Amino acid sequence: MKSGMGWEHFHHQADIGIRGWGTSLEQAFKQAATAMINVITPLAVRPEQGRIISCQADNPEDLFYDWLNTLVFHIERYRILYGMYEIQIDDNRLQAVIWGEPIDPARHQPAVGIKAATYTELKVTQDPQGLWLAQTVIDV
Amino acid sequence: MQSQDLHKISSYQWELPESAGGKRRAGIFADRNLLAQMDAKVSEQLANVTALPGLVKTAWAMPDAHWGYGFPIGGVAAFDPEQGGVISAGGVGFDIACGVRTLHTGLTAADITPVKKALADRLAARIPAGVGSRGKIRLDSRQMDAMLAGGARWAVDQGYGNTGDLDLIEEQGKMTGANPGAVSRRAKDRQTDEMGTLGSGNHYLEVQLVTEIFDQTAADTFGIAEGDIKISLHCGSRGLGHQIGTEFLRSMVAQAGKHGLKLPDRELACAPINSSLGHAYYGAMCAGVNCALANRQILTHLTRQVFSKFLSTTTLPLLYDVSHNTCKVENHLVNNRQRRLFVHRKGATRAYGPGHPDLPRKYQNVGQPVLIGGTMGTASYILSGTGSSEELAFSSACHGAGRVMSRTKARKTWRGKSVIDQLAGQGIEVRSPSLRGLAEEAPGAYKNVSAVVEVTHQAGLAKKVARLEPLIVIKG
Repeated sequence: MKSGMGWEHFHHQADIGIRGWGTSLEQAFKQAATAMINVITPLAVRPEQGRIISCQADNPEDLFYDWLNTLVFHIERYRILYGMYEIQIDDNRLQAVIWGEPIDPARHQPAVGIKAATYTELKVTQDPQGLWLAQTVIDV
Repeated sequence: MQSQDLHKISSYQWELPESAGGKRRAGIFADRNLLAQMDAKVSEQLANVTALPGLVKTAWAMPDAHWGYGFPIGGVAAFDPEQGGVISAGGVGFDIACGVRTLHTGLTAADITPVKKALADRLAARIPAGVGSRGKIRLDSRQMDAMLAGGARWAVDQGYGNTGDLDLIEEQGKMTGANPGAVSRRAKDRQTDEMGTLGSGNHYLEVQLVTEIFDQTAADTFGIAEGDIKISLHCGSRGLGHQIGTEFLRSMVAQAGKHGLKLPDRELACAPINSSLGHAYYGAMCAGVNCALANRQILTHLTRQVFSKFLSTTTLPLLYDVSHNTCKVENHLVNNRQRRLFVHRKGATRAYGPGHPDLPRKYQNVGQPVLIGGTMGTASYILSGTGSSEELAFSSACHGAGRVMSRTKARKTWRGKSVIDQLAGQGIEVRSPSLRGLAEEAPGAYKNVSAVVEVTHQAGLAKKVARLEPLIVIKG
């Protein structure tokens, strides 16, 4: 039984499943982002520089897909790893400030790059106790 | 997966149980051992593919198949536009035109052995690899569009290689259906620093020794002899292809209802071939293929620079270049009628048999070289396409070893340093910016590539020609 907030990886034969949970949708999305960054490196990421991003969808699951893939784009385009997020979600519109630091291969020892967050095993749910959970499989 | 759940056609070919419609539409090439290693998700995903409209004959999983996204990795499915067939971003995958290119060197092990460590260092320094690495080539918007339209031909025009290379690349180095205008600003942006980069994960550059010849005639035709040194590259369309996949998957899911498509799994996202979204995806996907071909061409150029400075070997001619994540328009004989089909190969290699008009003239008699990448500690194989492969699986073969162990488990099982030491003990020099990445790619995390190739050979999908073992491995 999950409670509070947290994240974990789950099994996929070729790649890695990521799961985040929390008492709000925002918390679940943040925790899932942490799970995704941990696919690249388990080291704490320094919040040295911030960037504002936004996305919009028709439902929470597409919004989750867009949120993770927007992060994937920014990681690869700007060679930044992110570790701190301020997120606001209203009516399937997400606005966020994401904080991170440039990738340092020698220090971060990045295991693998992320090609995309997929629709495989993608779920965004809220249980009767109000706990939000967001998960999907990452293609690496 | 258990063989008793399947209908046996031969020791190497199985079909899934009949679907509700009473037809068997999905099958697997494997022997009992490989079947036992396959996740049950492979047959589940394959059965889902048969639900898509316009599927021709049977959807197949190759011997290296494993649980993928929507389609299994190692999946082959052909769709007919005249029968409402679809094109699927999920059926190509995110790494559009990921593939293998093999180069001749004219060298032998005796030339490489004394300089192996220094050559590995020099290649690692010259080939951008791993997360966060950057290429040196920057394209403005006009050049980016020219690259997406021209593929390896564009790269050769820019001075990366020579025109002789182009005949030895599928599609002669350029997909003609590419539409750079269908590729988003964001996808092109993501490619900014990535031209001429290897990437990470299972991508590599290897210097390999030919250790065994299985088919002397085909080997002679391909220019392979025991003791030869070859170079193989495994990489794809980098960030641009990943972004095209991400965006079109999203659009195809969103528009599935509009197109009257009921998707058994969102990852099977597709659109009718004859729809504006279908056309846009095909144009963008072909541009993605061209990006991969240009990328492998630039990496070839960088490799040639290293070899020319280091070993005074300047030419490094191509043996061949094949992509294994694609959708291609091909003519196939189905029930004695030539049909124009959209053949999806996701983790599967095209394998044209002898006499196919799209083959380079010098390979006409033996069929297409089929380049199969192994793991960094085992072997790679070169096979030749067969005449029987068209009837079996739209001229397709396997693409690699296929994982049997998740990355998380691999990382818990091995340490990067011990992987390096173990491979060094086997005479293999490994260079990578990431020890963690090496642990995830440990050879033990993959199926036995020799078993995969043997089944491919026995099933008649392609014929074994040569076995190659790595001496130097550059990983991302």
